Amino acid sequence: MNRTFLGAATAIGLCLAATGAMAGKADDTLKVELSGEVDTLNYYYNSSREGLVASLQIFDTLVVKDLSTGEFKPNLATEWTWIDDKTLEFQLASGITFHNGEAFTADDVVFTLNWAVDPASEIVVFDKVRWIESAEKVDDTTVRVKLKAPFPAALDFFALAIPIFPDQYYAEAGRDGMGVQPIGTGPYKVTAVEPGKSYTLEAFADYAGLGKPKAAIGKVEVATVSDSSTRIADLMSGRAEFLWQVAADVMPRLAESDETETASVSTMRIGFVTLDAAGRSNADTPLKNKLVRQAINHAIDRQAIVDALVQGGSELVNTPCSPIQFGCITDVTAYDYDPAKSKELLAEAGYPDGFALTMTGYRDKAYAEAMQQFLAEVGIQITYDQLQYSALASAHMDGKVPMAFLTHGSSSIPDMSAITTEFFGGGAQDYARDQEVIDWVMAGNTSIDTAVRQENYTKALKKIADEAYWVPLFTYPLGFAYTADLSFTATPDELLRFYEMSWK
Amino acid sequence: MLSFFVKRLALAVLVALTVSAISFSLLFLAGDPAVALAGENATPADIARIREIQGFDRPLIVQYLDWLFRALQGDLGRSWYFHLPVTELIGDRLSTTMTLGMTSILFALALAMPMGIAAAVWQNSIIDRVALFIAVVGQAIPSFWFALMLIVVFAVNLGILPSSGADSWQSFVLPTIVLGYYATPAIMRLTRAGMLEVLSADYIRTARAKGLSPAKVVFKHALRNAVIPVISLAAVQLGFMLGGSIVVESIFALHGAGYLAWESISRNDLPTMQALILIFAMFYIFFTLLADLLNAWMDPRLRLR
Repeated sequence: MNRTFLGAATAIGLCLAATGAMAGKADDTLKVELSGEVDTLNYYYNSSREGLVASLQIFDTLVVKDLSTGEFKPNLATEWTWIDDKTLEFQLASGITFHNGEAFTADDVVFTLNWAVDPASEIVVFDKVRWIESAEKVDDTTVRVKLKAPFPAALDFFALAIPIFPDQYYAEAGRDGMGVQPIGTGPYKVTAVEPGKSYTLEAFADYAGLGKPKAAIGKVEVATVSDSSTRIADLMSGRAEFLWQVAADVMPRLAESDETETASVSTMRIGFVTLDAAGRSNADTPLKNKLVRQAINHAIDRQAIVDALVQGGSELVNTPCSPIQFGCITDVTAYDYDPAKSKELLAEAGYPDGFALTMTGYRDKAYAEAMQQFLAEVGIQITYDQLQYSALASAHMDGKVPMAFLTHGSSSIPDMSAITTEFFGGGAQDYARDQEVIDWVMAGNTSIDTAVRQENYTKALKKIADEAYWVPLFTYPLGFAYTADLSFTATPDELLRFYEMSWK
Repeated sequence: MLSFFVKRLALAVLVALTVSAISFSLLFLAGDPAVALAGENATPADIARIREIQGFDRPLIVQYLDWLFRALQGDLGRSWYFHLPVTELIGDRLSTTMTLGMTSILFALALAMPMGIAAAVWQNSIIDRVALFIAVVGQAIPSFWFALMLIVVFAVNLGILPSSGADSWQSFVLPTIVLGYYATPAIMRLTRAGMLEVLSADYIRTARAKGLSPAKVVFKHALRNAVIPVISLAAVQLGFMLGGSIVVESIFALHGAGYLAWESISRNDLPTMQALILIFAMFYIFFTLLADLLNAWMDPRLRLR
């Protein structure tokens, strides 16, 4: 072995040494890997969860909601009052600046709201602002927002879904400029963006919002890595320090290591199967019969699916809403796993030998197949079809899907109106078409008296459970895995707040 | 040679047009693009609005011709999710894919050809058996499993190569091995078969009889003729790699054109999907054409067809 060879081998060895950059606590940088891409950082044109996460760090909303107490706290606004049931007045905080030095004033709020509700803006998250009529400036620190109709969840939407944009910067940068170089008042500012691949955040030293803490971690690099195994390999090899949406079966292995920690929390996202009680897909469908629907509910052992497949802190639900949400009660008829009873009910309904049906879903094939198996045991032969979400959604809205296995995250809004209205409000996805239920849901949605809302929602939820219009399943847990140097508390709203994390 | 080239080119253009037309119509059959664009929880009114704005209510043939007309002028539209011109989006990611494709095919050739030649020269020996074994294993192993195994060994356990990203040249080592290994078996077997056929030809016997060294016989005379079909195959494999590297790019988070294709499909980002399908088809057609031309240049007998 001559010297040249040794020299070459050493050189190659040194070159091959992993160039995983020094990261983590040592250089105050948190490397986060997410599965979904953030295609634009302009919140109003991004309907994905990753977009919402990004906007939480970069922008501020008028108020924030304390998840433990349910109270609204000041953020960009210091006070708010209902002038009448369709007008909300905000007093704005002073001394707040945007990342580019522009001062935050009432003009920014007025601009953001009026621009967002303008059909010409064509924002993608229009449902978040659909209930707003207009905003007007009363003076430099006061804004009045007019609603189209009384909307009790207004503050919830203001707390999470309506970040404030800078009017002067937006006029220059426009939609695309804001998408690659966003400017907000949030605890983090954006210093680098590669659309669809990654973005880098740095703590904003002059952060002055009232509701969020100043960022403790100096730099956050968020990258998109689509393969879940690769993300885990990256965490284990030190290339990444924070992951979410970690599968339950991998968590124990990661928890064993001294260098990583895990956490799991139940979220607002629920899984469920809609049943065509109104006969939209077929006038002769067995699902029109209440006994059949109840039989289906009794046939599926939801707890077994949770224990074997979902895991991670998932809990059963018996209602078309998440128990964390306002209005969602848990004291309703629950159908326990009882295949004998199921067969009895089917026989009583006139189907002693069962029948055949198609169920359609867009994710979590394993759960659907488990349900298929349970239903086969009572004689109901299910054919399961998995489609892309958009294909399923359009078919569902057209009334073509007798049984749809869906999930819904309520856009993280902790109010029942964010999910129940869609499926029991008489719209395209309502397969119950029960006028009593529709009236109660609408009454709950349009009153601002919380007692009246709760009364109506309670009646609606009880009837929905009694009539077994759905097979409500379980909550979706969210698994996190991160470096042991990080101090992190998981929240049940499927969102990440980097400004609340710190090094140990 | 020229008429050969012109005929092949005309055929290539026809194929490209057919591919783009078929893929355009298929994309609409896979789900309502207006629903995909509107996102989850949109109302029917929102969807109708989007349908009108984007012109989805026009007849399919009108939409296709409109797209084609603009594509020929270099305007491939704007991505619905990135809100960037598609050409910019693809251009940025294409360089990653092309780098990966090139390194992979070179790796495949560097690995496969020597093995194929050795297998042919020492036919039925242990060397031949080992080479065939490697070929069979290469065809049997799913590329995603192989990729993950390499990541576990080299990135997690040994820590000498990165598991994802495209930061440095080291990031391309594992993906190249995975993608290249996938193409190796076919090239190796074809090289071996070609060499075997050529080595038993009369002119080789003459060369040996003339006293030429074995190395000269194999490399200067036999290989030159045996390699003709291999060039064709390599060109086609390269076309395939450029379009089919989706799995490798996803696993190694390489953000190339293949990964972009997968993302666009799952989000029904029509303009990007259309452009990518067309580009991948063009690559395939171009490399097949190139292979035909190379073959014709190397073997004049083919030009008469």
